[in-house]
Amino acid sequence: MAGVHVSTTVNGDAVDFVCEPGEPLLDVLRNRLGLTGAKEGCGTGDCGACSVIVDNELVCSCLVLGAEAEGRKIETVEGMADGDKLHPLQSKFIEHAALQCGICTPGFLIAARALLKKNKNPTEEEIRFGLAGNLCRCTGYDKIVRAVQAAAAEMRGA
Amino acid sequence: MAYDTNYTGQKFKVVGTRPLRPDGVDKVTGRARYGADAFAPGQLVGLVLRSPYAHAKIKKIDISKAEKLPGVKAVITSADLPDLTNGDSGMYDILVNCMAREKAFYDGHAVAAVAAIDQTTAKKALKLIKVDYEVLPHVTDVDAAIKPGAPVLHANMFTDGVEPKPKKASNIAKRTEFGHGDVEQGFKEADVIVERSFKTEQTHQGYIEPHACLANVGPDGQGEMWVCTQGHFVYRNQCAQLLGIDAAKLRVTASEIGGGFGGKTHIWAEPLALALSRKANRPVKLVMTRDEVFKASGPTSSTSIDVKIGARRDGTITAAQATLRYQGGPFLGMWAELGAMTSYACYDLKNVKTVGYEVVVNRPKVAAYRAPSAPMAAFAVESVVDELAAKIGMDAVEFRIKNAAKEGTKSSYGPTYGPIGIGPTLEAAKNHPHMKAPLGKNQGRGMACGFWFNFGGQTCTSLNVTPDGSVTVSVGTIDVGGSRASMGLIAAEELGVPYEDVRCVVADTSSLGHNDMSDGSRVTFSSGMNTVIAARNAKKVLIQRAAKMWDIPEDAVTWEDGYAKPAGANAGNFPPLSLKEIAAAAANTGGPIAGHNEFVADGAGVSFATHICDVELDRETGATKVVRYTVIQDAGKAIHPSYVEGQYQGGAAQGIGWALNEEYIYGKNGQLQNAGFLDYRIPVCSDLPMIDTVILEIPNPNHPYGVRGVGETSIVPPLAAIANAVSNAAGVRMTHIPMSPPRILKALDEKAEKKAAKAKAA
Repeated sequence: MAGVHVSTTVNGDAVDFVCEPGEPLLDVLRNRLGLTGAKEGCGTGDCGACSVIVDNELVCSCLVLGAEAEGRKIETVEGMADGDKLHPLQSKFIEHAALQCGICTPGFLIAARALLKKNKNPTEEEIRFGLAGNLCRCTGYDKIVRAVQAAAAEMRGA
Repeated sequence: MAYDTNYTGQKFKVVGTRPLRPDGVDKVTGRARYGADAFAPGQLVGLVLRSPYAHAKIKKIDISKAEKLPGVKAVITSADLPDLTNGDSGMYDILVNCMAREKAFYDGHAVAAVAAIDQTTAKKALKLIKVDYEVLPHVTDVDAAIKPGAPVLHANMFTDGVEPKPKKASNIAKRTEFGHGDVEQGFKEADVIVERSFKTEQTHQGYIEPHACLANVGPDGQGEMWVCTQGHFVYRNQCAQLLGIDAAKLRVTASEIGGGFGGKTHIWAEPLALALSRKANRPVKLVMTRDEVFKASGPTSSTSIDVKIGARRDGTITAAQATLRYQGGPFLGMWAELGAMTSYACYDLKNVKTVGYEVVVNRPKVAAYRAPSAPMAAFAVESVVDELAAKIGMDAVEFRIKNAAKEGTKSSYGPTYGPIGIGPTLEAAKNHPHMKAPLGKNQGRGMACGFWFNFGGQTCTSLNVTPDGSVTVSVGTIDVGGSRASMGLIAAEELGVPYEDVRCVVADTSSLGHNDMSDGSRVTFSSGMNTVIAARNAKKVLIQRAAKMWDIPEDAVTWEDGYAKPAGANAGNFPPLSLKEIAAAAANTGGPIAGHNEFVADGAGVSFATHICDVELDRETGATKVVRYTVIQDAGKAIHPSYVEGQYQGGAAQGIGWALNEEYIYGKNGQLQNAGFLDYRIPVCSDLPMIDTVILEIPNPNHPYGVRGVGETSIVPPLAAIANAVSNAAGVRMTHIPMSPPRILKALDEKAEKKAAKAKAA
């Protein structure tokens, strides 16, 4: 197997890895870098459980090749908290019981953060469409939407 | 130890509050470890080869080429899983389902498996396995499977429950019957009778986490398994039996579980991972793809149901009957039986009869899906109830209130009810503002009721007081949606310590006695009750130790608000001893302080719900949108109300997906056409409204806190509530679930044609 050598940045840290040419970024994160926060729910970009940020762009890491990470900045759920201070989305998800099993939570947090970067004060409808690429089977989304609304309000200082 | 589990009406300090869940931080930071998140030194990748045919004889499997591929460490077939089931036909079916033997019974049925050093090598090895199939005729539809001339799956299947035993093999595995009274007489007393047939398509639980395990069996015959499961003890027992390992030598640790809803109550590829590990002498990690989850785990039944109900003009139901056909995949299930039991559980009926037929077809083995079988039966029955109410000119809610079961009612499935919540949920629905809100254009409103038994089962729990006075609770029931928070609340309530001082963990199979699975909405009921008993047992020890510290008799000490106190003035004048102080002295007063209990949790309280739903119909596209939804359900007692609401909302959302969109679509070749989340579309955030909840608390007399169980009932009414709403909006009765746009358009077209024909005739 001829591996591809990749130099990239993950959650602010310089990282080097060797991967197979056809290996998804998700597999690299999980199996080579030990970052198992991003989950594989489908492997076809339909569930959003593997959501990460690549150069400020929200992507399904199962649809990005590890080799494409060369020279990019990658952000995952593991880098969301600032030391022992949770991101407001993280605390609001816990406070609002916006997770039951929690498997979709990392993807939702990453997608919600990307949404709030673009839109600081989204309506309920904007939140619902902004998170429509992420599947949750436990909550019916009600408490997720409320948690995002609460986090957005806190981040605006409202 | 003796204990009393009766409801006492005690006032609560922390139970009923909404503290943060103990696993919250792990789950929002990516630290929580799920099935696929474990790694072992030297682990191999396990993959499964699956039949592309719906029904085929396996004539020969040649694994020689795959075995020779460099990097392949083990290849297994059914030959590596000899039949050790000892005449247990249920376990034999499980064995056959895990790995096909003489025949493959469905598209996706496992026929061989490999373990290799990496994914690429394992995939190559699968391609080198040569299976010689003889393709057989197949059948996937539940009605087609019982027609004369249908391909018969098992030559030795003679319908059980029929006298005399049939002479010919068929795809009807079993017939069951429930009810009482005389329905023929009851129909004679009816002024109005409605009779209709319904169909529902197969759906999947749709948990986001695919099945995953890490199996490790050594040459000493001892094994370990890390696995996402709803019941690690059951997985251990069944895997140990199929592999011929002593249960005590197979230690199973449950990962965090990424959803199950019943689908992780059965073993699927776990025995294969263990067999591969045993053969390769290395750890094997086996993770299903989403495609495999759809094709080869356990979706729910597709069904075909006939319902007939008669009533007098005053609104009294005089007779009710139902014939229910549920397919269970290729093996005998209990699915029609559960449908037949639940059909009329909401009503107080003089004459009722339900008959269930378990049907086998060439689809994956059906597993439980949240209140298994009840949603389909409720869809059929509640649709006819609505139609009947309309025919006699009665309001749909009033009609149900008039016929609702109550305390003392002999249920349609046998037992006589104690205090129950169907009446109160209906009254709450009647008075809910949702019921009176105006509807917009093309909108319709529907409501429906639902029932689920709830379950107790075998439970074993330990509570330990640590030397610093904090408390651990070890349960053997998987936390599927926040139950560790509930156990923490219960232990804190009993001991009088802060919730934050308690940590609840799910112990592995070697650390506790057997526990049944997290199913039947049983966890907060049974592990909760066991936590109460374990805490009370620990309190007895704490009292003994305080008595020793004060040198007074045990019966002179009482426990109050987290402190041991002298029981009265005669006992002596001692300042109260906190749990922490007693714990700190434990080494000198008799050693560790613990409470424990094991039991079969009897007395689960039945649960009822009423749902109200508004839909808006797009008459051009046939698309339906749920615009408002209200869940009213009896919880008995909500230990942590946020997670009770979560169960109500989650069940409703799954029901909405089932009602409007989700279905297994099989091609003529018997292959599943939509084995992925793109084509099997579960509701996304933008598909749903907020889901309002009303928690009623009618205490279960058989639980110290009144808990009933809340997880499953919420999925029972939605199919019917939405069907009633869509039927009201469309002006035509919908009888086939899901009510996808093509089905709605067809119904609207047929209605228009009928109208046109009528106009022409006039």
